[in-house]
Amino acid sequence: MLEVANIIEAKIEQYGRERQALIPILQGIIADKNFIAKDDMVLIAKELDISAADVYGTASFFSFIEDERKGKYVIRVCKSITCDMKNRRGILASLEKELRIKLGETTHDNLFTLHDVNCIGLCDQGPAMLINDEPYTHLTVEKIPIILREKRNQKN
Amino acid sequence: MSKIKLTIDSQLIEVEQGVTILDAAKMINVNIPTLCHHEDLCVSGNCRVCVVEVAGRERLEASCATPAEEGMDILTNSAKIRNARKDVVSLLVSEHNTQCTTCYRNTNCELQDLAAEYNVDGDKYMSVLKPNIEIDKSSWSIEKDDSKCIRCQRCVRTCAELQHVNALTASHKGHEMKISTFMDLPFNEVVCTNCGQCVNHCPTGALTERRYFDNVWEAIGDPDKHVVMNTAPSVRVALGEMLGFEVGTRVTGKMVTAMRKMGADSILDTDFSADLTIIEEGNELLTRLKKALVDGDTSVKLPMITSCSPGWVKFIEHMFPEHLGHLSTCKSPQQMFGALTKTYYAEQKGLDPKDIVSVAIMPCAAKKYEANRPEMNDSGYRDIDAGLTTREFGLMIKQAGLDFKNLEDSDFDSIMGESSGAGVIFGATGGVMEAALRTAYAVVTGRDVPFENLNITAVRGTEGIRNASIKIEDCLPEWNFLEGVDLNVAVAHGLKNARIIMDEVAAGKSNYHFIEVMGCPGGCIGGGGQPIPTNAEIRAKRIEAIYEEDMSKPIRKSHENPEIVKIYKEFLGEPLGEKSHHLLHTHYRKRNRY
Ligand code: SF4
Ligand code: SF4
Ligand code: SF4
Ligand code: FES
Repeated sequence: MLEVANIIEAKIEQYGRERQALIPILQGIIADKNFIAKDDMVLIAKELDISAADVYGTASFFSFIEDERKGKYVIRVCKSITCDMKNRRGILASLEKELRIKLGETTHDNLFTLHDVNCIGLCDQGPAMLINDEPYTHLTVEKIPIILREKRNQKN
Repeated sequence: MSKIKLTIDSQLIEVEQGVTILDAAKMINVNIPTLCHHEDLCVSGNCRVCVVEVAGRERLEASCATPAEEGMDILTNSAKIRNARKDVVSLLVSEHNTQCTTCYRNTNCELQDLAAEYNVDGDKYMSVLKPNIEIDKSSWSIEKDDSKCIRCQRCVRTCAELQHVNALTASHKGHEMKISTFMDLPFNEVVCTNCGQCVNHCPTGALTERRYFDNVWEAIGDPDKHVVMNTAPSVRVALGEMLGFEVGTRVTGKMVTAMRKMGADSILDTDFSADLTIIEEGNELLTRLKKALVDGDTSVKLPMITSCSPGWVKFIEHMFPEHLGHLSTCKSPQQMFGALTKTYYAEQKGLDPKDIVSVAIMPCAAKKYEANRPEMNDSGYRDIDAGLTTREFGLMIKQAGLDFKNLEDSDFDSIMGESSGAGVIFGATGGVMEAALRTAYAVVTGRDVPFENLNITAVRGTEGIRNASIKIEDCLPEWNFLEGVDLNVAVAHGLKNARIIMDEVAAGKSNYHFIEVMGCPGGCIGGGGQPIPTNAEIRAKRIEAIYEEDMSKPIRKSHENPEIVKIYKEFLGEPLGEKSHHLLHTHYRKRNRY
């Protein structure tokens, strides 16, 4: 794993010490750490000489930029209208039941975090979700435990 | 710039290219309603309440964000427009915690006005107010209630554009979008300077000052308490706006009478301690100059910068913590006043300081925080017990049932009620500088400043940063070291300009000797605690009134104020003396920049 400071430095070298470098920096940290800690936001603010509130405002805009430590697998269930019509609620309920957590929470073993997300462009194959970067489509309530078991087994 | 012609509501007009439809309409007295728009801020165009019809275009256009074009034919009032506006307002109301009867902005709220104007009825849209929104009351100065927020982002733009603090941001998106501090931390934990400009620019009750007037009423009602009120220079030229007077009316005499009728025991003037600040700060400057020029002491920090504006003081503590040595060690007039109320005043009046309640009426939100700084207890007590804004004070006058317009005039009490014109102009940007120059020049040369009527016009005005250079000639013998020196001074107002000045200081490129900084645009007359609305035109009128007040004073120089002469003789001894040092000066602390 890289030091956050090094990631910031590398991105600044590439994009300049300007506000425009903010999103590349955020993406760079997410790619490596999967969340951005409060102190790291302060560090970014310092390096770009912008306010920490600005960094937070930008980071919080994006569903894929987290500001808390997350599970190894972040599940994001699409909440747009088409998926909703195709039983996204049932899928969500089944995930909550299997994982024994509620939307927004992380399992005790830090393996799974459950989120919803705005349209991920898979409306024709809904209901759909992402586990980290991987799409899962045409979901059914029955498929959920199978997918989760697969992930659990991949653990190591 | 080239001119263009267009028609608004069948009236042909000619305007400069680039003017918005909204401003063009204003020129012919057609008022288009707005919400997210504010004259002080950049265009945002997010609320759509200002929509108009442009002939030939299907879509309604937001007039605040659309430039007028040659040949445009515009309607500002049609059924289509009224329906659209009503919809916009209704939707805002549907997610709003509409509790006008218990809201501080009741009767002075832009959303309320529009809801009334468009006759928004309750059942047009179902309420989608988010549950369990907590009010942030962590700050001494600012209160934030998201349930009253219409997300117009005027506060965000204010904090960014006028103040360069950026303590606020729009976080999240869509219907989850809200106004946040960094990580949604409580206000007292972030870089907020408490300036209150966001409060002054908020159209609703979402951002307000913390109110303490009920405590003041209680103290007034307590027979064992001796309530001392003191009023800042800029209150007397703005208060009238809340009580039926034209903008720019001076109401000093009525204001004093009102306080007396409200039951305060002593009505005194912060202008007195403004004069005192000039003596202390002027001497501090001359001492620094002497050390630097004569003794060659390189540890002396120049330029010296004023410290009367608590928003500015907190700003420099956060943003330039390495350069606090440039700040004058003088407390602000408010805090000098408090420290003296519970020592000198108590002594002279034979009162026990523990029975005194000192109330400061200020144009400012940051003064509340300043009064509560832990170190501000040099009298042995809380130097200032309550800081109220002009707005709170105006409300108290209404609560007292006084017919303000018809009150007779009266004078401040004594002691600590006398002031010079120099004390008065503290309220306008450039005023502290002018007051300081009037005294310093006289001290050093024995003559008046070489300006007609003592009016140092070079430091007046509304330009964000102004500078002047005054040649010192024919000094009195003891000030010989200043002979021929060009005293370079600068004035900055609004924290955005303060940052520009400080960047120069930090880079070691500042060749000024003395700088005045005021945290709010226009100085205190544009303070965060002043009546709403405040804009450029209103600020200009209040400034004009301040200079009129100055001219109306028989004494125009701080060191000639007889009460100032008296306090040094009877109590303080000499400027920068031991007592002054203890009661009138302070120190600063480093704070986090992010
Ligand atoms: S913010 Fe305005 S509309 Fe909302 S409750 Fe207060 S006065 Fe009423
Ligand atoms: S707090 Fe006030 S100024 Fe800021 S977005 Fe909300 S309503 Fe607008
Ligand atoms: S009080 Fe001043 S510094 Fe604080 S958030 Fe408001 S505008 Fe920004
Ligand atoms: S006032 Fe024009 S869009 Fe808000």
